[in-house]
Amino acid sequence: MEILVCVKRVPDTAENEIEVRKDGTDIVRDDLVYSVNEWDNYAVEEAIQIVEKVGGSVTVVTVGDEDSEEVLRREMAMGADNGVLLSDPAFVGSDGKAIAGILKAEIEKGNYNLIFTGAQADDGAGQVGGMLAAMMDVPYASLVNHIEVLDDKKLKVGREIEGGNQEMHEIDLPCVLSIQTGINEPRYVGIRGIRKVASVEIPVHGASDIGIAADAVGAGGAKVKLVDYFMPELGEGAEMLEGSTEEIVDKLIELLKAKGGLK
Amino acid sequence: MAGQIFAYIKHNEGVAEDSALELVAAAKKFAAGAAVTAIVTGSNVDALCNDMAASYQEVWKIDNDALSYPNAEVLRKVLLNILPNDAVILIPHDTFGMDLAPGLSIKIDSPFVSDIVDYEVEGDTLKAIRQEYSGQAHTHVECDISNGLVANIRPGVFQPDESKGVSGQVIDKSADTGDLTTGRHFLEIVEAEAGDVDITKSDVLVSIGRGIEDEENIEIAQELADAMGAVVSCSRPIVDAKWLEKSRQVGTSGQTVKPKVYLAMGISGSFQHLGGIKGNPFIVAVNKNPKAPIFQVAEVGVQADILEFMPELTEKIKGL
Ligand SMILES: Cc1cc2nc3c(=O)[nH]c(=O)nc-3n(C[C@H](O)[C@H](O)[C@H](O)COP(=O)(O)OP(=O)(O)OC[C@H]3O[C@@H](n4cnc5c(N)ncnc54)[C@H](O)[C@@H]3O)c2cc1C
Repeated sequence: MEILVCVKRVPDTAENEIEVRKDGTDIVRDDLVYSVNEWDNYAVEEAIQIVEKVGGSVTVVTVGDEDSEEVLRREMAMGADNGVLLSDPAFVGSDGKAIAGILKAEIEKGNYNLIFTGAQADDGAGQVGGMLAAMMDVPYASLVNHIEVLDDKKLKVGREIEGGNQEMHEIDLPCVLSIQTGINEPRYVGIRGIRKVASVEIPVHGASDIGIAADAVGAGGAKVKLVDYFMPELGEGAEMLEGSTEEIVDKLIELLKAKGGLK
Repeated sequence: MAGQIFAYIKHNEGVAEDSALELVAAAKKFAAGAAVTAIVTGSNVDALCNDMAASYQEVWKIDNDALSYPNAEVLRKVLLNILPNDAVILIPHDTFGMDLAPGLSIKIDSPFVSDIVDYEVEGDTLKAIRQEYSGQAHTHVECDISNGLVANIRPGVFQPDESKGVSGQVIDKSADTGDLTTGRHFLEIVEAEAGDVDITKSDVLVSIGRGIEDEENIEIAQELADAMGAVVSCSRPIVDAKWLEKSRQVGTSGQTVKPKVYLAMGISGSFQHLGGIKGNPFIVAVNKNPKAPIFQVAEVGVQADILEFMPELTEKIKGL
């Protein structure tokens, strides 16, 4: 199985307090901790496990700037065989559709049977996988939390739906799957693993290398334009308990008693 | 002028989900009085179509045994066959909408806006509000909808419009579906397993999120829960890490709970998590990030490290 996994470098929302720039053009990027998108890590692990079972190779690809190379290396340290960085000033500001188009152009240069994306990334849109499948005219399944290779033409997949129930399908290869967290337990990557891949060559492909017209992508080519970032007018929100920890604990206990929270 | 407006009706074997009437409200953001067409697919959906005709000016019925389970790969083809190219289609942003919509937007060649929490329409321009970074920042996005739009609307943000009183017309489009073969065949639903405790039965939940940091620290939450006579529940990352059973997960892909009191400990407050909390409980949030979205929905908040705060609370309660 030749598997391609699309990954993204994102600000780690568990590690950062996100703030919006005063001019609204972006979030404040100084001092942000970045990591690989949580969902993508599960996708790479799943790809590696499939290849361990049935053979083949795992390639990780990302659209991003030079800093994105670090997430490719991290996923290669996990066990992905190859990495490809799709990078071009023309790509900056692309909407989801343009990102899917860029990925498709790269995919067509290879010979992949199976393509993974994470179910969603930092913008919460969850759109690239489904768009990519439609552009390639291959079947798609989102939120996949179970994969079984039936033969070289078919997979059995489970999609996680509401209530944690699972929707089982048989899906033809080649196909695109978006991977949901919890499908596996992504392996730990240590410093030694990172060191081992530190000097592996990672090819960088720009717009002309993959036959993408520069004006079809990027902020100019976006059909859906990002106007600004903002912090919403906050409603009343929670009453914040202030004081020493002891005072806060006392107040909270009174409230809990009143609301039936203590037996 | 934007094209005809459609709403995709999600239902469980003929029983409409909440989103069906939420989309009535959402569609009112278009020009006042604009007619909206509900699309109802499935088998034996006559009763549902008649129901929807009380809320939508037009209902397109697509009745076919092959559509009895909503397989998004099949329904995408159906929609492509029946929708006009410049259709504006509203779809709930749930696990079905996430499966269906991005690909539909490519096939029908219209812009796609995902997980919309609010929007306005000015002329041919959609101005939508979305959230990024797990709800920690909001964005305005815009697109031209004169050639159509696929819009996924977040469940629960629009109040269902129960006014009814429309006498819409049901139009049978069942003959227009075209070829339904796809490369993805639905097999069955495997129901989530029941676990050791039923968190839906508890009036008081001590719910932990990624802020618990380590599997060993779950003990700290368990001690607090024991002191309170409560049960420990959690957010998704705790289950993904296999620290607690899936049956303890609160949220759209976990359990729906209706406790009296909900303690959100180190939980950021994603909409998928909040989607599992019903019945307006008294929510207390403890989080070290004062800007965590959970503080917007909690009644009472404490900015603190849960690993230090929980033991203090436990001690004091034990001493009562
Ligand atoms: C289709 C789909 C379905 C989903 N279904 C669900 C679902 O059913 N349930 C669910 O929960 N999620 C669900 N999710 C995931 C959801 O989007 C979020 O990723 C998840 O809810 C985040 O969990 P969290 O709040 O625990 O973690 P985070 O968002 O990482 O938040 C952790 C919080 O803890 C705080 N914190 C960290 N350390 C400490 C400390 N020591 N003391 C105090 N505070 C601390 C941080 O400030 C942060 O606010 C779903 C996602 C998708 C795509």
